Amino acid sequence: MVGRMSTSSENSKLNYILHLADNSLILGQRLGEWCGHGPVLEQDIALTNIALDLIGQARYFYQYAALTDNRGKSEDHYPYFRGEREFKNFLLLEQPNMDWAYTMARQFYYDSYCFVMYTEMLKSKDEQLVSIASKAIKEVSYHLKYSSEWVIRMGDGTEESHEKVQNAVNDLWEYCGEFFETTQYESEMIEQGIAVDASKLKEKWLRSVGEIFNEATLIMPEGKWFQTGGKEGVHTENLGYILTDLQYIQKTMPGLSW
Amino acid sequence: MNIVDLEHEFMKRIKADQKIEPKDWMPEKYRQTLIRQIAQHAHSEIVGMLPEANYISRAPTLRRKAALLAKIQDEAGHGLYLYCAAETLGVDRDTLLDELHSGKAKYSSIFNYPTLTWADMGAIGWLVDGAAILNQVPLCKCSFGPYARAMVRVCKEESFHQRQGYEILLTLCNGSEEQKKMAQDAVNRWWWPSMMMFGPSDENSKHSAYSMETGIKKFSNDELRQRFVDQTKPQADILGVTLPDKDLKFDESSGHWKYGEIDWEEFNNVIQGNGPCNKIRLKHRREAWEKGAWVRDAASAYAAKKALKNSESKQVA
Amino acid sequence: MDKKSWPLWEVFIRSKHGLNHKHVGSLHAADAQMAIENSRDVYTRRMEGISIWVVESKNITASDPNQQEAMFEPAVDKIYRHPTFYNLPDELEHM
Repeated sequence: MVGRMSTSSENSKLNYILHLADNSLILGQRLGEWCGHGPVLEQDIALTNIALDLIGQARYFYQYAALTDNRGKSEDHYPYFRGEREFKNFLLLEQPNMDWAYTMARQFYYDSYCFVMYTEMLKSKDEQLVSIASKAIKEVSYHLKYSSEWVIRMGDGTEESHEKVQNAVNDLWEYCGEFFETTQYESEMIEQGIAVDASKLKEKWLRSVGEIFNEATLIMPEGKWFQTGGKEGVHTENLGYILTDLQYIQKTMPGLSW
Repeated sequence: MNIVDLEHEFMKRIKADQKIEPKDWMPEKYRQTLIRQIAQHAHSEIVGMLPEANYISRAPTLRRKAALLAKIQDEAGHGLYLYCAAETLGVDRDTLLDELHSGKAKYSSIFNYPTLTWADMGAIGWLVDGAAILNQVPLCKCSFGPYARAMVRVCKEESFHQRQGYEILLTLCNGSEEQKKMAQDAVNRWWWPSMMMFGPSDENSKHSAYSMETGIKKFSNDELRQRFVDQTKPQADILGVTLPDKDLKFDESSGHWKYGEIDWEEFNNVIQGNGPCNKIRLKHRREAWEKGAWVRDAASAYAAKKALKNSESKQVA
Repeated sequence: MDKKSWPLWEVFIRSKHGLNHKHVGSLHAADAQMAIENSRDVYTRRMEGISIWVVESKNITASDPNQQEAMFEPAVDKIYRHPTFYNLPDELEHM
C-alpha cells in the first residue's frame, strides 16, 4: 500500500464498506422473517438460503469494516451498536416483505443491481473487496436467476399474480433511483479506484430489468421521481423497527458474550 | 394368496428385519399407522420451526443468527423429507396439510410452549433436539424403507442442532449472573415438556404395541425417556444448571437416574389443544398456506402455459 | 386456472467424487426448472453434489415387487461371476 491514507479517506472507505454490509444485513434480516411462513416448504427453504448468503456477505463486510476502522471492534459492533442515522443501506431493502410479489420484486431490483455492481467490483484496486465480490457474485447470480424466474412466473402466471407483481414493481420503483447516486464517501473512493461508480451502471441495470419485465409481460414503471437518503443515513420509518428487533438483546444487556 | 397368508408373509419379513417398500403388500393397519406417525412427525418439524423463528430477527450476534436460520431451515427440510415419505403410501402432502390446518392431525406437544428469552434457543437445541435425536435414531432402522431412509438423512443433519443449542447455554452459563439466571429459567421451563416428548408411559401408550410388533418402533417410550435422563444429567452438570426435578437421584442398583412424576394432565391438555401456543401456531401455519395459495397457483399456471407453448412449437417443427 | 398442487419429482445427485447420480429423495415443483433449483436448495446445502437430475415421479417405471423372485433370485447361484470363486495360490498377490 502507498503510505497511510488520510483520515477523511479512511472514513470514506469505512462508510463505503458499511454501506455494502448494511445492504446485505438489512435484506437478510427481512428475508429471515419469511422463515417458517413461506408459501410452500420448498420455497421456504430456498429463501432461507438467500438470507444465509446475505448474512454471510454482511459478516465479511463487517469484518473488513472492523479492520479498516482499526479501533478493535468486532464484526457485531456495527450491526448491533449503531443507530438509525448511521445505517447506510438502500431504502429499498428495509421495505416490508408484504407478500411474495413484493418480496420478489424487491429482491429482483436489488439482485439486478448487485449483479452489475459486483461484476464491476471485481476490478477494484482493493484486494479485500475483490475477494468478497468474487464470492458474492456467485451467490448473487443464483439469487438473480431465482428472483427473475419468480417475477416471470407471477407476471405471466394468473391474472391475480400478474396484478400483484405489477403493483409491487410499481410501488418499489421509487426506491431504485438511489442505486445510482453517488455520495461524498463514494466519490472519494471512486477516485482512488476502490469503489464502484454505480452512476455508470444505470443503463445496464435498466436493460436487464427490462428484459425480464418483457418476458414477464410486465410494464416498466415510468416514475421519474426517486426517494433518496438511505446511503447517507436518512431512512424510511421502517428501519427503526428493524433495528429495535435486531439490537434488542445486545442493547438490553450490553458488553456480554452471547 | 389370501389375506392370512399375506399377513403371515409380511410378519415373516418384519421378523427377518427386511424393509417394507411402498409397493409391497402391507396390512392396512400398518399403512395407516405409518401415515399417522410420519405425518405427525412431519407436522412437528414444520410447526417446530415457529417457536425458534421468533428469535431469528433478535439473535444477539450475526454468527448466532446464521446458525439459527440454518437450523430452522433444516427443520423445513426434515418436514419435506417426511411428507415425501408419507406420500409413498398414497396420501398427498396437501391432504396431510389440510388435516394439520383443521386441527385433526397432531404434532409434538412441545412446540405449543412459548419461546420467551434467547436462552430458550439454547434449551430447545439441547433438550428438545436431544430428545428428538433419541426418538429418531432408532427410526433409521424402522421397517418401512422410505421412512428409514428419510430418517438417516434427518439424523445426519440433526447432529449440529443439539451442539448449537448447548453452545448457546454454555456461553450464557459462563456469562453474567443475569445470563446464568436466564439459562436456568429456560431449563426450568423446557425440562418437563421435553420429558413428555417421548409420549405417554408404556402402560398408557395406545399405539405402541402394534408399532413395536411391526418394527416401526424399536424401543418403548419409557426406555427412551430413561436414556434421555441418563444422558442429560451429566450435561446439565457441565453447564452448572439444575434440572427442575426434586426427585431426581442416581439409583446405584440399576445404574440409572430415577426421575419424578410427569404431569400427564398437562400433557393431555396440551395435546388436546389447550397448550399456551396451540392456537397461534396453527394460525400461523394456516395463514402461510392460505396466503401462499395464489403464489402456488401462479407457478402452476405459468408451468402449464410454458408446457403448452413447448408442445406447440414441437408440432410446428 | 390450474388449481392442482405442484407435481412430485424424484431427485438424483452426483457427488463431486464422480460416482453415478444417486437417488436422494423427492420434492414438489411446478416445472422441471424449478425442480432443479428446489433440489439445489433442499438436497445440496451441505455440498452433497455437483450435478442434479430430476424426473417427474409419474414417469418412473419400477419393477414389480411380486416378481422379485423371478427377477432377482436366478442371479444368486451364479457365484462364478465373483472373483472369490476362483482358487489361486497365495503367492499370487495382485490379480
